[in-house]
Amino acid sequence: MAVLTEEQSMLRDAAKSWVQEKSPVTAFRKVRDSGAELGYDVAAWNEMAEMGWAGVIIPEEFGGSNFGYLSLGLVLEELGRTLTASPLIASGLAGASALILGGSDAQKGEWLPKLADGSAVATLAVDEGPHHRPDKVEASVSGGKLNGKKVFVLEGMAADVFVVSAKDGGNIELYLVKADAAGVSRQKLSLADSRGAANVTFENVAVSDADKLSGGAALLEKVLDRARAGLSAEMLGAAIQAFETTLDYLKTRVQFGQVIGSFQALQHRAAKMFTELELARSAVEAALAAIDADSPDVPELASLAKAKMGDTFHLVSNEMVQMHGGIGMTDAHDAGFYLKRARAAEAAFGNQAYHRDRYARINGY
Amino acid sequence: MADFGGTDLDAFRKEARDWVAANFPAELKGKPNPMAREERDRPLTPAQDAWRKAVGDKGWGTPTWPKAYGGGGLSPAEARVVQGEFARAGAYNPIGGMGVMMFGPTLLEYGTEAQKQEHIPPICRGELQWCQGFSEPGAGSDLASLQTRADDKGDHFIINGQKVWTSGAQWADWCFCLVRTDTSKKHEGISFVLFSMHQPGVEVRPIKLIAGNSPFCETFFNDARAEKKDLVGPLNGGWTIAKRLLQHERNGLTGAGGGLGSGGRPLEDMAKQYVGVDGEGRIDDQDLRTRLVTNAMNMRAFQQTAVRAMVEAKGNQGPSTATSIMKNAGTQLIQERHEMTLEIMGHQGLGWEGDTFTAEELGAVRGWLFGKAFTIFGGSQEVQSNIVSKRILGLPDLTQAH
Repeated sequence: MAVLTEEQSMLRDAAKSWVQEKSPVTAFRKVRDSGAELGYDVAAWNEMAEMGWAGVIIPEEFGGSNFGYLSLGLVLEELGRTLTASPLIASGLAGASALILGGSDAQKGEWLPKLADGSAVATLAVDEGPHHRPDKVEASVSGGKLNGKKVFVLEGMAADVFVVSAKDGGNIELYLVKADAAGVSRQKLSLADSRGAANVTFENVAVSDADKLSGGAALLEKVLDRARAGLSAEMLGAAIQAFETTLDYLKTRVQFGQVIGSFQALQHRAAKMFTELELARSAVEAALAAIDADSPDVPELASLAKAKMGDTFHLVSNEMVQMHGGIGMTDAHDAGFYLKRARAAEAAFGNQAYHRDRYARINGY
Repeated sequence: MADFGGTDLDAFRKEARDWVAANFPAELKGKPNPMAREERDRPLTPAQDAWRKAVGDKGWGTPTWPKAYGGGGLSPAEARVVQGEFARAGAYNPIGGMGVMMFGPTLLEYGTEAQKQEHIPPICRGELQWCQGFSEPGAGSDLASLQTRADDKGDHFIINGQKVWTSGAQWADWCFCLVRTDTSKKHEGISFVLFSMHQPGVEVRPIKLIAGNSPFCETFFNDARAEKKDLVGPLNGGWTIAKRLLQHERNGLTGAGGGLGSGGRPLEDMAKQYVGVDGEGRIDDQDLRTRLVTNAMNMRAFQQTAVRAMVEAKGNQGPSTATSIMKNAGTQLIQERHEMTLEIMGHQGLGWEGDTFTAEELGAVRGWLFGKAFTIFGGSQEVQSNIVSKRILGLPDLTQAH
């Protein structure tokens, strides 16, 4: 855990106690069982927004607290522990980043206050195929009309505004497109992790320069790196909880007349998981701190964090099921939730293979 | 972030820079440290000896140790400045070895005033080398089962037994040694004593390793003598001190950047040379490239963790739990690097000696072989995993180790 300021400690403690009281894993289970249209509990999201969590990275003049990405990461980590479903990643992190970094004064004024108080949800509509390839864009703008299809759009059903990547005269640009604009249609995705997502089609949607964010492909990468680092913080929390739940089980489950945690074959695997979690935490915190410092290392550190955290959550979620044995295979147990969330989070904004290759390119391999 | 210096250090930085400029012999610039394993058999040149004396007298080889015992008396920040100025001038730290890395810090913590006055200053000046009498043929990972005996003879002990894997015993002047002073107990029957290696009851036989070198020895004690005044800590209280010393050893083995020699030129450059590049200028072997970059990313996360552990230790959060994972994480990454270095070199990475191989190629083979020791010594990988499961994760202990 990074050394925190007093304000950061307070923010983290507030998130920790809210999550324990209001959003244990049973709350996520309820959302899943209810088949909620949006994939999250709107009342819980409103509470989170009231506490200011939707505006942690948003400047004060637009209703946020301007606490930075490391601070937002602390909240995301706590939410990740209990798999709390909310639009915080899509909107308070990714959508807000796009507007902060690329929005005009008018665009910021229109959207950021609403994102900060949770009354509107923004999300990135970037991916077009089964894999994250943000540089390969088929969606296009021509003659003031946007056409294209975006997939795996996080919180796509809840979104009030999409940040859409599209080719415009050969260059990648980002456009703000309202969800209720003529020509926008969305299809709810029912995913293994039960979180909200949609495929979104844009058919002759009218866009103008006033809808364009400034920065093009470079802006897109910057926004994605912030989303990657923040999502990694959520994954860190989830992986730590998965590990701690498993560790508790090792200390209580008795077979052959002794707790199974006394078996060295399991002890060493537990030590390995702990080691990977410590390394992953360093990578996640370093990426978030680099964003706050506006360091030139952000791209490689974000890729490092996402890849390392992806591998680690993958390992821990698999071991969680394996070490729990039969009970871990049941829907009644939480292990499956962590396993499913791990795979969905790994795939979002680039999986491990994507980020290893990106890190390799950045470093001349 | 960590304090890597500030305006208040500028004056000290200038002082250090001027001192290095005035004292470091130009002919040694960029030359290897004579304390390095492969250099140890050569006698010091006059310039090397002069540099050792200069740094030793200044106390800057052990910069944070108290001035009263010959150390530099510097703050950690000032010590980093000195380190930085040495590096800037292409100078090595001539004061090193087990006395600096493990024994000195332990004696400063547990020794009596008289013991510190006697033993610390020669370490600071680089005059005496120490070796570690810990492992025995029957006491490796289970170190506390050691059998070397010390019998009480009034004002001294008489020591009989055998140690093994004694690093640098053939160059050592003194030994810090774990001995059994009570055979009725295991951990509580061990004492920590110091004695001279230059006496008739001590015999040293270097062990030739798979890498062809002999950095470790078998050491035999046949009525060797240790003075009572050189018992560190209470009689039968040596195990606590030994554990503390092992912490210093592990920290020394896994410092940021890898104290185990992760150096050398970047593997990606080497891979481009030996394997070639594709149309995009990338390493022309996708499988190798992925493994190289994975190792590099893990190494980066390892270094980030070293920094985090340091910052957290300063941030009043107590010792960082991250420290416990460092040896296993670091040694594994370095061994992977060794393996990949050979793979990159192909047939050229199989040379034992001769001029058909470059020094880099021959060094890679020897480094790969010697590197196998990293996950064995200083607490094997398995023992480290036991320590993490037991001390950090609170899982039950089956080995009864402490």
